[in-house]
Amino acid sequence: MTRVLKTTYVVVILLMLLAPLAVVAAVSLNGAQSLRFPPRDLSLRWYGELFQQSEWLVPLAHSLIIAACAAALAVVIALPLALYAWERRGLMARLLTGLGLAPFTLPPVISALGFMIFWMTLGGYGQIYATILSHAIFLVTLPLVTISLGLGGLDRALIEAARVMGANRWTVFRTVIAPLLLPYVISGYAFAFVLSLNEYIIAYMVAGFTVETLPIKIFNALRYGYTPILAVVSVIFAALSALIFGLIGKFGNLPALLGAERIGK
Amino acid sequence: MSLAPETTAPRWIALWPAGMLGLFFLVPFGIMLAVSVAHRDMGGFYTWAFEWNSYARFLSAFFGKVMAVSLGVSLTAGAICVALAFPFTVFLSGMGAKAQTRVLVTLLSVLALSEVIIGFALSTILSQTAGIGNIFYWLGLIDAPQAFAPSLFALILGLCYIGFPFAVLVLYPPVSRLDPEIVEAARVMGASGPRAFFGVIVPNLRGAIVGAFILVFVFTLGSYLLPQLLGRSEHWTLSVHITDQAIYQSNLPFAAAMSVFLMLVALSLVGLASLAGRDRGAK
Repeated sequence: MTRVLKTTYVVVILLMLLAPLAVVAAVSLNGAQSLRFPPRDLSLRWYGELFQQSEWLVPLAHSLIIAACAAALAVVIALPLALYAWERRGLMARLLTGLGLAPFTLPPVISALGFMIFWMTLGGYGQIYATILSHAIFLVTLPLVTISLGLGGLDRALIEAARVMGANRWTVFRTVIAPLLLPYVISGYAFAFVLSLNEYIIAYMVAGFTVETLPIKIFNALRYGYTPILAVVSVIFAALSALIFGLIGKFGNLPALLGAERIGK
Repeated sequence: MSLAPETTAPRWIALWPAGMLGLFFLVPFGIMLAVSVAHRDMGGFYTWAFEWNSYARFLSAFFGKVMAVSLGVSLTAGAICVALAFPFTVFLSGMGAKAQTRVLVTLLSVLALSEVIIGFALSTILSQTAGIGNIFYWLGLIDAPQAFAPSLFALILGLCYIGFPFAVLVLYPPVSRLDPEIVEAARVMGASGPRAFFGVIVPNLRGAIVGAFILVFVFTLGSYLLPQLLGRSEHWTLSVHITDQAIYQSNLPFAAAMSVFLMLVALSLVGLASLAGRDRGAK
């Protein structure tokens, strides 16, 4: 197959993936309260509206707080786990790694129900900290994978050199490993942050009736009819994800981060 | 010179992640297992017991139908996704680093989108007022603008939409590791493009393809919002029924039992996928 045909195939599929988002972006510009495409009476009215209604601002704040805290906690759990499993091959290391990968591999409804029953039994049901902790555990997999990749790519000679010069464990970590690992920690945080922001079912089952996050709010609003404000929220969320992943792509090596070996060396 | 410690991280460092994952992942699992054999209280909760009543309900026609819908819909979506994603990934890994990064950013952004947003976007594009129905009408294909959602078609389309970026990302590492020289050799020997694709690339990555298919299948099996937004109530999947039983029917033991069942299905499938990916994965 020629190069042109291959590129066409890739581009056509990408356009199909982007088409629904383009339509949503267009209907968000409707002046009246209707979802028409092409939009009529073009205006940015609903963008302004979003930031004035506490009905939307409160879930937005919830989502941002939960995502920021949950992603941080996920990194704090994943970093020592990755460091421990990095140089060890024993049963314990494999078990812990498996435990870190499991929540994200299974259908999320399973973890969601587990968390719901757990918090009901313990008394955290409906509290924001329950959502944060549940999200952190659910998303541990992402920083675990990125940090492990970063560790796998470290040059052992650097560490040996530091050791021979008399550096102890903490000094080696602080001066050699930490600076090299930082980009992987940041991208792990970013992945977890974006996914927490968009996560629905765990947030819903752990505290959906008291701590409304943005996806829950959107779903509840959909029941009362489709309005351009939903399109506005969708556009903002899609733009935010694209921005964060775009930054990772610009400052990090995204292909390598996703498992390609032949690129960027 | 003193003997430096062999490892960079001390052993005790594992205590904190082990404690957190144990307390907040294994314990909830244990409680869920216990609840699945508990006795259902009509008051909305349950009393601790050991009975198989909730599991016995798996034998009902209701449950059989739910399973058939869940599996059928996810299998279809998984097959379509992998069929589209495999050539996509092969072509993608042949592109320059910059182009690859751009495509990956797009895929990740779509993959990260909340299901509620995807459901909303797709039902808009399939709706009567803003959808493709208008284009078909304008082209003269149909007599009047019409809505295509909710329907089984819309649901499968939605599952393909979330499954496709996932399939590409699962296929990406093995495909990008495939030695380009193998394909080069085939071309030098005179194989045409399609012949090299089906005769060399596909057989070399058979394990990876099967593995990806199973993982996409499990991924779409977990979809919770799309069946509600794009399908009709008869298209509800196991995930929807688990939540429905837990929250609206207040039948936690049955929800837990279905959840345990779904976990066993998912775990055995994921195990199968890693076996498939191992045998002939490109390396």
